[in-house]
Amino acid sequence: MKTLRRDPLVRGLGLASAALGIPQVAKPADVARGIGVAAGPRQRTATVAVGVRELTAAAGLLARPHPVWLWGRVGGDVVDLALLTRTLRRHDGRGLGRTALATAAVAALTTVDVYTAVTRTGKGSETTLTATTTVSNPPEEAYAYWRRLEGLPTFMAHLEEVRRTGATTSHWRASAPFGRTVEWDAEVTEDVPGSVLAWRSLDGADIDNRGEVRFSPAPGGSGTEVHVTLRYALPAGALGRAVARYFGEEPSQQLDDDLRRFKQAVETGEVVRSEGAPAGKRARGEFPQHPARPLTSKELKKLTKLKETLS
Amino acid sequence: MKATCWTGPDSVSVEDVPDPSVLNGRDAVVRITSTAICGSDLHLVDGYVPGMQKGDILGHEFMGEVVEVGAGVDRSKIRVGDRVVVPFPIACGACAACRARLYSCCENSNPNAGLAEKVFGHPTAGIYGYSHLTGGFAGGQAEYARVPFADVNPLVVESDLDDEQLLFLSDVLPTGYMAAEMCDITDGDVVAVWGAGAVGQFAMDSARMLGAAKVIAIDKEPYRLDMAAAQGYETIDFETVDVRSALLDMTGGRGPDKCVDAVGLEATHGSPHVDFYDRAKQAVRAESDRPHALRQAITSCRSGGVVSVVGVYGGLVDKFPVGAWMNRSLTLRAGQCHVHRYMKPLLERIERGEIDPTRVITHRMPLVEAPKGYELFRNKRENCEKIVLSAR
Repeated sequence: MKTLRRDPLVRGLGLASAALGIPQVAKPADVARGIGVAAGPRQRTATVAVGVRELTAAAGLLARPHPVWLWGRVGGDVVDLALLTRTLRRHDGRGLGRTALATAAVAALTTVDVYTAVTRTGKGSETTLTATTTVSNPPEEAYAYWRRLEGLPTFMAHLEEVRRTGATTSHWRASAPFGRTVEWDAEVTEDVPGSVLAWRSLDGADIDNRGEVRFSPAPGGSGTEVHVTLRYALPAGALGRAVARYFGEEPSQQLDDDLRRFKQAVETGEVVRSEGAPAGKRARGEFPQHPARPLTSKELKKLTKLKETLS
Repeated sequence: MKATCWTGPDSVSVEDVPDPSVLNGRDAVVRITSTAICGSDLHLVDGYVPGMQKGDILGHEFMGEVVEVGAGVDRSKIRVGDRVVVPFPIACGACAACRARLYSCCENSNPNAGLAEKVFGHPTAGIYGYSHLTGGFAGGQAEYARVPFADVNPLVVESDLDDEQLLFLSDVLPTGYMAAEMCDITDGDVVAVWGAGAVGQFAMDSARMLGAAKVIAIDKEPYRLDMAAAQGYETIDFETVDVRSALLDMTGGRGPDKCVDAVGLEATHGSPHVDFYDRAKQAVRAESDRPHALRQAITSCRSGGVVSVVGVYGGLVDKFPVGAWMNRSLTLRAGQCHVHRYMKPLLERIERGEIDPTRVITHRMPLVEAPKGYELFRNKRENCEKIVLSAR
């Protein structure tokens, strides 16, 4: 975190926290009056509490800078904005202009805080996902199914398109949380037919990633064990992961489901659908489900637009 | 079309819903002629199986005529116009489980495998009208149904037997047969069957067919025990006598050689305090199932015997007699029926008159009266044993 210590924006925010916190703790009544708020005991207590929080953030940012302090500031901003909005709504009119000005200032500071937190949160934190399945096809067949990269979107939930751009290069487009799309170019780094396929994204990818699939004969000639490893650098690191999880995007579960659909496709030629889960690979996390009854013609039309039936 | 829908715990209604269509290339659409209400439907209706959604179509025992097949269906196996009986587990025919003929453990047919995996450790096959845990497939208590992997699943029937003789090949007959088959019956065995519903009755018939010397039916409904007695089986009413003592008495103190649990998770118990204990735990979700029949079967079975379980269980139980199981060398075998294995051989047995599936039918009604049927069956009124719904 040496780079964070030298980061002018991080240092600036640390100093700003101190500059705000000291008067709030030392002279809470004056500060309250200064922003156009009555200076009763409740307001004074709240101002001291906010001041203590600012001083803690200042100490953290200046002494041991870490993204967690930046995100802590963002949380504090949210609380401040909530308090000020409530004050504005119940305002008796005296000093209303100053309260409005203070709110605007906090809003501006919030923008800086969010920007700093997002940009300074570790981009290098790499996530590794592994999953495995056994298919009854021989290794050559399972490998060949995977090697046709254009076919990957039929069973991988997030992939929208894979396009070949050269003998070993391809262009990938995938959906990301919150309705975003990410794209990257990739190259095959290892390719042993019937045994292993590995690839990595090239410079300029929205998300740096690499992966490999290993195909090995299952004991007793009962098919092929498929082992997948994916590594990628998530924007906003651990926090991004937590937020994505909160909105139902559990990466390891999704890889398991992707591989299950690979098994369905390679063994039966179809990605299995039911009336409850009619959308095939798009039924992410398997929630929410359609009731188990036939689809209306309107729902069917919507489904055919997805165009991912293999048959 | 009309279909029987689950509309909430203890609530079933017949509703107008869209007709099914081909969703995958290997699907067929079947116009249903006959369907039935199964005992395991009651577990769903009562709300004990997780993953039901309001509006789900119920039913997994059905037969009819193929009216549409998808482009990917192997037409040498099934064509439009074929008369078919549809097995309740959906099998893909290609995975390791299907190749090992463990069709109800199919690895591909459950699109909600991730959910099932969390409850069962490994997912199981998709089943029609049987909660979203088993795939969220629309059920067969309807005028039409979509049948996935149509070239693998249905049995095409060319015989002129009527629906009532064929329908139970979809579930209760093979399930009862598998229960007996899992017992590895040898000549002279005494077989006790907990639950004298349709599956229990067919387990008894099959046990005798496979060489059992004596078959004992255990239930509390007089009409079910009478139905078993009429076939020459001995009976125990668990409400009036202690089951274990009665079994010891009937077997010279050895206990039955083979035991079948054809009851499952909503068993009741003759002793009110034991029943109260499990009901209370179930009510607060501290256990999901009431395993009275299973406990009794394990503690009653002779040392070295087999306990075969086809009664449906959903989750976790408590006070499982693990000591009896281990110390007395019992074999426990279980499974949702791998129906596909048994359909053809059992059809042949029906044709030869070795088994009469129609003997359990007590009620026949049109599909639109399904809610009344559920009410009769659930509350065991009018001596209701098995209901056939006609969808035509």
